[in-house]
Amino acid sequence: MKKIILAAAALGAAVAIGAGAASAQTLNNVKQKGFLQCGANTGLAGFGQPDAQGNWTGLDVDYCRAIAAAIFNDPTKVKFVPLSAKDRFTAVQSGEVDVLVRNTTWTISRDTSLGLNFGAINYYDGQGFLVRKSLKIASALELNGASVCVQQGTTTELNLADYFRANKLELKSVTFATSDETIKAYEAGRCDVFTTDASGLYAERLRLAKADEHMVLPEIISKEPLGSTVRHGDDQWRDIVQWTHYAMLTAEELGVTKANVDTMLKSENPDVKRLLGTEGKFGEPMGLTSDGAYRSIKHVGNYGEVFERTVGNGSPLKISRGQNALWTKGGLQYAPPIR
Amino acid sequence: MTATEFPGTPMSRRDEPVRFVRDTTVGAAPPPSSVVGPWAWMREHLFTGPVNIAMTFILLALFLWVVPGLVRFLFIDAVWSGVDRESCIITEQRPVVGACWAFIRDRAAYFTYGSYPLPERWRVDVFFALLAIGVVWLLKLDAPRRDLGAFYFFIVLPIASYVLLVGLPILGLPIVETNLWGGILVTIVCSAVGIVVSLPLGILLALGRRSSMPAARLFSVVFIEFVRGVPLITVLFMASVMLPLFVPDYLQPDKLLRALVGIALFAAAYMAEVVRAGLQALPKGQYEGAMSLGLNYGQMMRLIILPQALKVTIPNIVNTYIGLFKDTTLVVIVGIFDFLKTIEAARIDPRWGAPTVSATGYVYAAIFYFICCYLMSRYARSVEARLAQADKR
Repeated sequence: MKKIILAAAALGAAVAIGAGAASAQTLNNVKQKGFLQCGANTGLAGFGQPDAQGNWTGLDVDYCRAIAAAIFNDPTKVKFVPLSAKDRFTAVQSGEVDVLVRNTTWTISRDTSLGLNFGAINYYDGQGFLVRKSLKIASALELNGASVCVQQGTTTELNLADYFRANKLELKSVTFATSDETIKAYEAGRCDVFTTDASGLYAERLRLAKADEHMVLPEIISKEPLGSTVRHGDDQWRDIVQWTHYAMLTAEELGVTKANVDTMLKSENPDVKRLLGTEGKFGEPMGLTSDGAYRSIKHVGNYGEVFERTVGNGSPLKISRGQNALWTKGGLQYAPPIR
Repeated sequence: MTATEFPGTPMSRRDEPVRFVRDTTVGAAPPPSSVVGPWAWMREHLFTGPVNIAMTFILLALFLWVVPGLVRFLFIDAVWSGVDRESCIITEQRPVVGACWAFIRDRAAYFTYGSYPLPERWRVDVFFALLAIGVVWLLKLDAPRRDLGAFYFFIVLPIASYVLLVGLPILGLPIVETNLWGGILVTIVCSAVGIVVSLPLGILLALGRRSSMPAARLFSVVFIEFVRGVPLITVLFMASVMLPLFVPDYLQPDKLLRALVGIALFAAAYMAEVVRAGLQALPKGQYEGAMSLGLNYGQMMRLIILPQALKVTIPNIVNTYIGLFKDTTLVVIVGIFDFLKTIEAARIDPRWGAPTVSATGYVYAAIFYFICCYLMSRYARSVEARLAQADKR
């Protein structure tokens, strides 16, 4: 009996891997279907969530729309497949989605053992701290002896302990089973500090009874690079996904926006010309037209615009650019040159 | 009546004329005030003994403890209108904020239709109307032409709903992908399909399980035991995550369809056991009597056995339906946005980030589910009462 089960499992795995690495044809498939299938979040403030009309909005969502715009010149030709954290990778492996943009942290094990490749990082997240303004604290290094509300059994809990130990601070952690309980306990005054990923801190803060009395500290104590994910074995497709993000970054760097992209077509700046495809044919080796980047920017906007609109100052979350600022402004968002 | 009939009448008064003879009965005196009126009712039902009295006061205290707060939260302190979180956050002027109904009003359309495209939403409304007509026609006992109603409900309605909701470009109805469906629409579709499919399928499985044909029996037993042996979540997860790994792209059925098939089969297995209980409750004489009348198997089941078996199982059938209705919320596990999930997705929207928004969303969900389940249970009770008349004679 055991042998049969093993054989069946091996067969299943072989079929799965076979299906996973089979095609280098994603772009053709997408063009044939007439729409992009994008693995999305089932609802995460600022990154992917439906609005009052049921349209998907958010930073991750706009990344997918930009890819669709580059391929079809139409940002609406994308079908969002909401995926839970459990089934997201299987959906990529099985080809149910063409690309996964769903606040997925890039780690070595995910990159090497799941038959997946990570593309560009569209958001650098990391663990942060939420405190009451009345504590008059400006930095996490002043948290010596503070009690911290944290969710049990998460990497967040481990990061917290590491950070306090590394900085020789005394830690009193108060743990809870669920995230809701944790924030409720913080609000009730059980602890001085609440910690989770920074993007989550901003969203939770808004739900507190007196949001204005709380602030997020500037320190980010862990690395959570959130990126796009595609299947192994189709490098052309991976290039498209990656360079869509880089094009939007380059656009921000060069000051090309959704509003001025048409006048920028006449720009004499060689960098702008190469970006928008008026000089050189950089889109074609990827199977796109040379104005792929122009289309993304025209329909969706540059990275900065998208950031401000979805999670930044144009949104209720008001997340500061921080690590997600351009490299020229002290952040980590850096695009390889287009030439 | 004369005085002589009364043996105790004194002899000396015999010759005196009779002064008064009562020829009507005295009206019954009212019962003592200790057994009628609100006071007596309370004494009998609320204050019979020390335990009863204690219970009454505990419940009264509980009531007084919960209800005023609830009323204050739901109505008095509630916010009824507004466009974003500003209207529901706590400020200096408004230190206490109750339910944020403005949020529900803002998102009501999303909770009903999900992401169904705006210009096509009338189709969903028509579907709801058609369904309501079908349900009333079929369930209202004195409705005219109920045979036609059954035909409408089981043949016309599914086809019309499919055409309406999915679309048929020839008729000018553009295709609407099921990944755009959501909210109450998905909840209703899932439970309607589950309810309508599971009863006939469950009856077949139950009959199969009690059949004397080994093949039918084995199939039914294996199916029922296997499906009942795994949780619904596993079935859904299997259908939506594992299936695509094994079958080629073009064979992949739609995600919602996969979930619907999963729910229907799952409900059928439970229904089969409910019906089987009814079949077993019937005395053997019913079967033997039917056979001695010369009825064949089909006639026996249709005319004698099933009507009685289903009658005794109505409470359990409805119980299964109510469970199924609430179980449809599990489709969220495969990324389908049912009613509850739309509330979950909307409540985390930072545009409505306010302290009471989540609670309000859940209250709304509770009201919806309660109304639906309560109606089902009331209808079942009325049917039960009607059928029980036969046993009361």
